[in-house]
Amino acid sequence: MSDHSRLEAVIAPGYTLTSVTDKIGDIVTKDPIRKGWVGGLFLGFIGLQLFLMTVLMLFEFGVGIWGINIPVGWGFDIINFVWWIGIGHAGTLISAILLLFRQDWRTSINRFAEAMTLFAVACAATFPLLHMGRPEVGFYWVAPIPNVMGMWPQFRSPLMWDVFAISTYGTVSLLFWIVGLIPDFATLRDHADKAWKRNIFGVFAMGWRGSAIHWGRYETIYLILAGLATPLVLSVHTIVSFDFAVAQVPGWHTTVFPPYFVAGAIYSGFAMVLTLMIPLRKFYKLEDFITMRHLNTMAKVMLTTGLIVAYGYLIEGFMGWYSGSVYERYMLLNRFIGPYAPYYYALLACNVLIPQCLWFRSCRRNIPLLFVMSLVINTGMWLERFIIIVTSLHRDFLPSSWGMYYPTIFDWSMFIGTMGLFFSLLFIFVRILPVISIFEMRVLLSEEAHKKSGGSHA
Amino acid sequence: MNETKLWKSLEEKAAITAGGAPKADSHDRFNPFSNDFLSRREFLEWSGGMAAVLGAAGCTRQPNEKMIPYTKAPERVIPGKPLFYASAMSLGGGSLGLLVESHMGRPTKIEGNPEHPTSMGATDPFAQASVMGMYDPDRSKVLIQNGQVTFWGNFSTQIAALMAMHRAKKGQGLRILTENVISPSLGAAIGELLKTMPEAAWHQYEPINRDNEIDGLKQAFGKSVTPWYDLKAAKVLVSFDSDLFGDLSGVRYSRDFAEGRAIATGKKDLNRFYALESQPTVTGSIADHRMPARVGDIESMAAALAQKLGLGVSGKPELNPEQRKWVDAIAEDVQANKGQSLFIAGRWQSPAVHSIAHALNASLGNTGKTVRYLPTIEIRADKNSDSIKSLVSAMGSDQVETLVILGGNPVFDAPADLGFVNALEKVKTRIHSGLYLDETGSKCQWHIPEAHYLESWSDLRAHNGVSTIVQPTIAPLYGGKTHLEVIAAIAGKGDKSSYDLVREYWKSQLGGDFETNWRKAVQDGVVEKSAGGGESVAVQGAANWKWTPNTGELDIQFRPDASVWDGRFANNGWLQETPRPLTKLTWDNAAVMSPNTATKYGLKNEMLVDLQVGEDKVRVPVWIQPGHCADAVTLHLGYGRRMAGRIGNQVGVDVYPLRPSTATWLRPGATIKATGSTYALACTQSHQNMEGREIVRHATLATFLGNPTFAQHHEHLPKNVQGLDVGTAGGEYAPKAEADYQWGMVVNLGSCTGCNACVVACQAENNIPIVGKTEVTRGREMNWLRIDRYYEGDGENPVAHHQPVACVHCETAPCEVVCPVGATVHDNEGLNNMVYNRCVGTKYCSNNCPYKVRHFNFFEYSDMTTPQLKLGRNPDVTVRSRGVMEKCTYCVQRISAARIEAKSENRKIRDGEVKTACQTACPTQSIVFGDISDPNSQVSKLKEASLNYSLLGELNTKPRTTYLAKVSNPNPKLEAKQPEQGAHHE
Repeated sequence: MSDHSRLEAVIAPGYTLTSVTDKIGDIVTKDPIRKGWVGGLFLGFIGLQLFLMTVLMLFEFGVGIWGINIPVGWGFDIINFVWWIGIGHAGTLISAILLLFRQDWRTSINRFAEAMTLFAVACAATFPLLHMGRPEVGFYWVAPIPNVMGMWPQFRSPLMWDVFAISTYGTVSLLFWIVGLIPDFATLRDHADKAWKRNIFGVFAMGWRGSAIHWGRYETIYLILAGLATPLVLSVHTIVSFDFAVAQVPGWHTTVFPPYFVAGAIYSGFAMVLTLMIPLRKFYKLEDFITMRHLNTMAKVMLTTGLIVAYGYLIEGFMGWYSGSVYERYMLLNRFIGPYAPYYYALLACNVLIPQCLWFRSCRRNIPLLFVMSLVINTGMWLERFIIIVTSLHRDFLPSSWGMYYPTIFDWSMFIGTMGLFFSLLFIFVRILPVISIFEMRVLLSEEAHKKSGGSHA
Repeated sequence: MNETKLWKSLEEKAAITAGGAPKADSHDRFNPFSNDFLSRREFLEWSGGMAAVLGAAGCTRQPNEKMIPYTKAPERVIPGKPLFYASAMSLGGGSLGLLVESHMGRPTKIEGNPEHPTSMGATDPFAQASVMGMYDPDRSKVLIQNGQVTFWGNFSTQIAALMAMHRAKKGQGLRILTENVISPSLGAAIGELLKTMPEAAWHQYEPINRDNEIDGLKQAFGKSVTPWYDLKAAKVLVSFDSDLFGDLSGVRYSRDFAEGRAIATGKKDLNRFYALESQPTVTGSIADHRMPARVGDIESMAAALAQKLGLGVSGKPELNPEQRKWVDAIAEDVQANKGQSLFIAGRWQSPAVHSIAHALNASLGNTGKTVRYLPTIEIRADKNSDSIKSLVSAMGSDQVETLVILGGNPVFDAPADLGFVNALEKVKTRIHSGLYLDETGSKCQWHIPEAHYLESWSDLRAHNGVSTIVQPTIAPLYGGKTHLEVIAAIAGKGDKSSYDLVREYWKSQLGGDFETNWRKAVQDGVVEKSAGGGESVAVQGAANWKWTPNTGELDIQFRPDASVWDGRFANNGWLQETPRPLTKLTWDNAAVMSPNTATKYGLKNEMLVDLQVGEDKVRVPVWIQPGHCADAVTLHLGYGRRMAGRIGNQVGVDVYPLRPSTATWLRPGATIKATGSTYALACTQSHQNMEGREIVRHATLATFLGNPTFAQHHEHLPKNVQGLDVGTAGGEYAPKAEADYQWGMVVNLGSCTGCNACVVACQAENNIPIVGKTEVTRGREMNWLRIDRYYEGDGENPVAHHQPVACVHCETAPCEVVCPVGATVHDNEGLNNMVYNRCVGTKYCSNNCPYKVRHFNFFEYSDMTTPQLKLGRNPDVTVRSRGVMEKCTYCVQRISAARIEAKSENRKIRDGEVKTACQTACPTQSIVFGDISDPNSQVSKLKEASLNYSLLGELNTKPRTTYLAKVSNPNPKLEAKQPEQGAHHE
C-alpha cells in the first residue's frame, strides 16, 4: 500500500460498519428537515409548476407557443430531450459498466447517479410526447398495439426506435435501481425510529432478511441487470443520434454521430453528476465517502469523453469539406459565420477548449473549479444540441426556404420547468432514500480493512 | 323564430365593432398574447347566432331565378358533384370571364372561362380570392339609415319621394358617383335616368384609373378608343413601364406572350421583350432585357426612340450612354421587325409616353397587327380625376343635395387635396351602396349592402368589347342589392330584380329568338358578336407632345398593390397573406426603394421613415428592393384601411394622404427622414441568392441552341447506381403493374411570371387557412404552393427568377421513411399522400424534406366556427385541425373525381381530364399535370424535352414534379445581363 493509494482512498479511514450505516441512514431517518433542503425543494417545486403551466398552455394552444417553424421544425423540445437523455447516461454507466469492470470507486456514487439518471430520463421522456402536434393520439400510436385498423407504427422511422430505446432504458434503469435498493430498504426498516416508516420501508424491502440465499440471488440478478444495462448505455444515445443521422439534412446525415453522441452523453452525464455531487457531499458532510479520488476519476472520464467529442467535431468538419457537396460545405460555413456562429464558438469553448485544463492534476483537485467546469460542460453540451438541430435545419437545400429560429418564453419555461421537475424529484430522493448505497459501502469497508491488514491483491 | 330581432342585435354588435377603435393586431387571430384575443371570443359568441340564422334558412341558397350551368346541365343538383356556371368579375374598369364552381348551390372555387377572351381559362389572384370575398363575415349585412337598421321597402319609398322632388327640378342637385362602369345594362340604366333628369350628373372615380392612357390616346389620335394588344403576333415588345402581365387583362396578355416563347414544344424563334421599369413588376421579371429607370428617364428614352424612329417629337432628351445604347438597340430591333413589334406604355406613364407608344406602333406598321383600337369599353370614358374634381367642387358650392355613391370608397381614396370628406358633409342626402360599411359608407345617411358579383345578375364588357352575362350562384348571403337595382329604385322603377333588369336590357340587344340566345349567352359566358369593331386611327401633332424629364431629388411613385389593388381587397385574408410577387411581403405595404437609394439615405429594411412632400407626410417602413429604379420610392396603395373589417383594419400604411389630384402616380420632390424606430415586416423569403446551387437553371437562346441539354448536365450522379434517372418518362417511372396511372407534373420556368394566381387557387381549392402577420414573421405561412424568387447579378438590376414549388411527390420520398406512424405514405400511382387522421405532428417529415414544402398547423389555424366560412370550403378536401402536417396532394380530390367519372364510363382517364388547381389558374400554362406512364400525354412529352430537370435531383429523391429550364432571348447587341449558367458548365 503506497502513499499514493492512501491519498486516493475511496472511503476515509476510521469508519466502522455501524458508523457507515448511521452516517448514511441518518440522513433519511434521523436528520431534521433543514432550511436549505426546504428552500431547494421549494425552488424545484416552483420550477415544476412552471413546467405544468407550460404543458397546460401547450395543450390549450398547441406547439405554436414555441418558436419552432418551417424550416426549423424542432427546437428546444428536441434539444432538451437529447440533453436530458444524455445526462441520463452517467448513472447506468457508473452502475453497470463500472460494476462489470470491478471499479470499486463507483460504490459511493452509483446510487445517486442512478437516481439522477432516472430523473433525467423522466424529464427527457416528456418531450417525445409533448413535442407532438397531437399528443392525445400520438402517445399510443407510436406503440405497436394490435388494433382493428391493422395500423402499425412505421418501423423504419428513427422516432419509432427512439420510443423503444428510451422505454427499455428507462425500465431497465428503474429495475436496476430498485433491485440495488432492496438491502438498504431492509437496513432502513431496521433502522427507522417510527413504526410507519418501518412499515413503508418494510414493504419495499420485500422480506429481505440478509440470508445467504438472499445475497446469492441478489448478486445474480444484479449482475444480469448490469449485463442488460451495459449495451443499453451505448444503444440509447446511438438511437437518439439516428434521429439525425438517418435524416438527410446537411449537418445531420453523418456516420460519426452514434459514437460521438454516446461520448457526448457520458461527457454531459458525468458533468451533471459532478454538478450535483459537489454541493451534496458538502451539504450532508459526505466528504468521507465521496472523496477526492472520486472527483479526480470523474474528471478524467470527462476529459476522455470530451476528447472523443472534440474528435467528432473535427470529423464532422472534415467530412463536410471533403464531401465536396455544396450543401455540406455551406452547412459548415454557416456554423462558422452564420447567424448562430457565436453559439458555435461558445460550444467549442465550453466543450473543447476549457475542459483541457483537466489535464492538470491541480485543476482536477480544485473542487470549486471542477464545479464550474461541470456547469460549463453542461452548457456546452446543451449548445451542441442547439447547433446540431437549429443550424442544420435553418438553412438546408433551397435558400428560398431558409429561416431563423427564435425561442419564445414558453421554450424557456419548458426548459426551466423540466429542471424544476428534475430537482423536485432529486430533493425528495435525498430525504427518503439513502443517497449512497449503505450495504455496498459496508462491503467496501471490509474489503479496505482486508487490504490494510495484509493485503491479498496488491 | 325571432329573426329580425337577432339580425338587429347582430348589426348593433357589428356597428359597435366597426365604429370602435380598431385593434392593432386585429388580423392576428391566433396569437394568445394579442390584445384582440378576447374580442375574437366575443365575435365567436355572435357568430354562433349567425349559425342559427343560416341554419334556419336551410343549407342551399340557390337563387330563385333560372341559372344556366356552363357545360353540364343535369336536371337537378347531384350531391357531391359540382356544377360550373359562367360569370365574370369586374375590377378597375376591366373584366375577367370566369366559371364558378358550385357545390350544392355554394360557390367554392373560381376557374377561368376558356371561351372568354380575357381569361382563356386562366385567372388572376383577385378572381381566385373573390370567393373568400363573398363569404367574408365582415361584409355589411343590413340596410342602414342614420345608423339605424332599416329595410329595403323603407328605402324605396323614401327614395321615391326624394326623386319626385329632384324630378320636379329636372334632376338638379342629384349626383351619382360610380366606379368606371363597364356594365352595358347599368350604363343604359344610368343613361336613361339622366335622360329623365337632364340636370343630374354622373361621375366616375377610381384611384387606379386610365386617365393618362385616355389623355395619351386623345392626344395621339384625337378620339377616345381602347387599345387591344395581340402579343401572339408580336416578335419584339417594348414596355415603357407597363405592368402588362400584372395589370388588368394580364391574364390574356401573359398567355399570348407565353405562346411566343414555347421553346419546350419546339419553337425556335422566340419573341424578345425589352422592359423599362420604374419599379420591379412581374412583367419585367420575365423580360429578356430589363432596365430600371426613373419615370422621367423612361420618358426621355421614349422621346429619344421616337426621334430616332422619325416621329416629330420635339425636345432634347438627355440620355446616359447605357440608355443611349438601349435606344439604339431597340430601334434597330423594331425596324427589323416592322409590323411585328409592339410598344406599350404603362398606366402610370405620362400621356406623352402613351402618345409616343401609339405613334411608334402606327409608324412601324403595327396597327391592325399587334395592336387594334376598339371603341372604349367603358360606357363613358371619363377622366376620373376631372370627374371627381367637378363633383367635389359642386358639393363644395352646395349644388349637390343628393349624392348616390355606387361602389368605390372615395372617402378613403379620393385625391387628398380635394377635401372630399368636407365637401361630402355638405350634401344633404348621401346614399352609399357597397360591400362593406366602410369609410365612405359610415359617412353616409343611407348604406345599402351591395350584392357580391357571385350573388348578382349583371353584365360586363371585356377589353375587346365582348360582353358577358354575370349570373349568380347563390342568393345574396347578406341580402345585398345590385347597383342596377339601386338605380332602378332611384329611377322609380320600383323593386325590379336585377335578373329582370338585365334581361330587359338584353332583350333590346339580342336579336332573333331571345330565349334561345339568352340561354346560350348565359351558359357560355360570352355574348356572341358583341365584340367592338376596329376603329381607324391617325396620329396627329407629335411635335406638341410634352414629355417631362426627371425633376427633383426623390420621386414618390404610387402603384396598385398586387394583393389589395386600391384597398378594396384589404379584408381578404387570402390576398393579404399572399406574398407580393417580388417583395415577398405579406400583410403590409412599405416604402420600396433600391439598394443604392437606401444606402444614400442611410436606410435599412424595416426602418420607419417619414416621407414628406410639402405639408403631406406619411410614416412608412423601408423595404429595399433590388431592381427598383434609383432616387424613387414606391408606395403601394390600399393599406391603412380604418373600416375594412377585422382582417384589413390598420394593415399597413394609408398613403393616399400623400396623393393629390395633381400627382396621381408620381410625386417628385419628396424628402425622406429616418425616425429612429423600426417596424417589423412579414416577408416570406429572406434569402434571395441561390448560393451557387443549380436551382433555377437557365440559358440564353443561343446557348440553348448550341447545347440543348444544358439543363440536364448538372447532376453528377454515380453511374453505377440503379434507377438514378431524373425525371424522364421512362426508367423508374415506367408504369407499375398494379396502377393504371403514374401522375407527374412539369413546371415551365421560362414562362412563369410569378403572378400568384396558382398560389391563391391552391388556397381556395384546398381549404388552406391563413395564419396572420405574426405567424408569417415566425415562418409559419401555410400556402402549399409557394413561388420562390431568386435574384442573380447586379443588385441594382438583377435578373429575377420565379420558381413555383409545391410538394414534388418524390418517388423515394425522404418524408415517408421518417414518420413514426406512417401518416405520409406513397400510393401506387406515385402520389405522396398525407393522411391527416393519422398524423401526430412530430414535424420530422418537414425536417427531412429538402424542398421544405410541408406546412404545419402550429395552432388551430382553420376557422372552425364562422358559419359563412364553412359554406365556402371545398367539401372534397379535409379541413385540417391543429397539430397536423399538410402539403400539396396533386389535387387528389380532382384525380378521384375524374377516376369516378372514367370508371362509370368504363374507360381510362383522358389526358388533360385531371387538371390541378394551380394548373387551371396559370395564365401562361406553365404548369402541366398528367399521367407520365402514358407516353402521349402532354406532361410526358414535356418531360422528354431537353430542358427538363429535377430540382435537387442529385439527392436521388426522384421528384415527380420536374422543371423546364428557363430560356431567354436577349439581344446580342446589348450586353447580356443574364449570368450564363449553361455556358460555363463543362
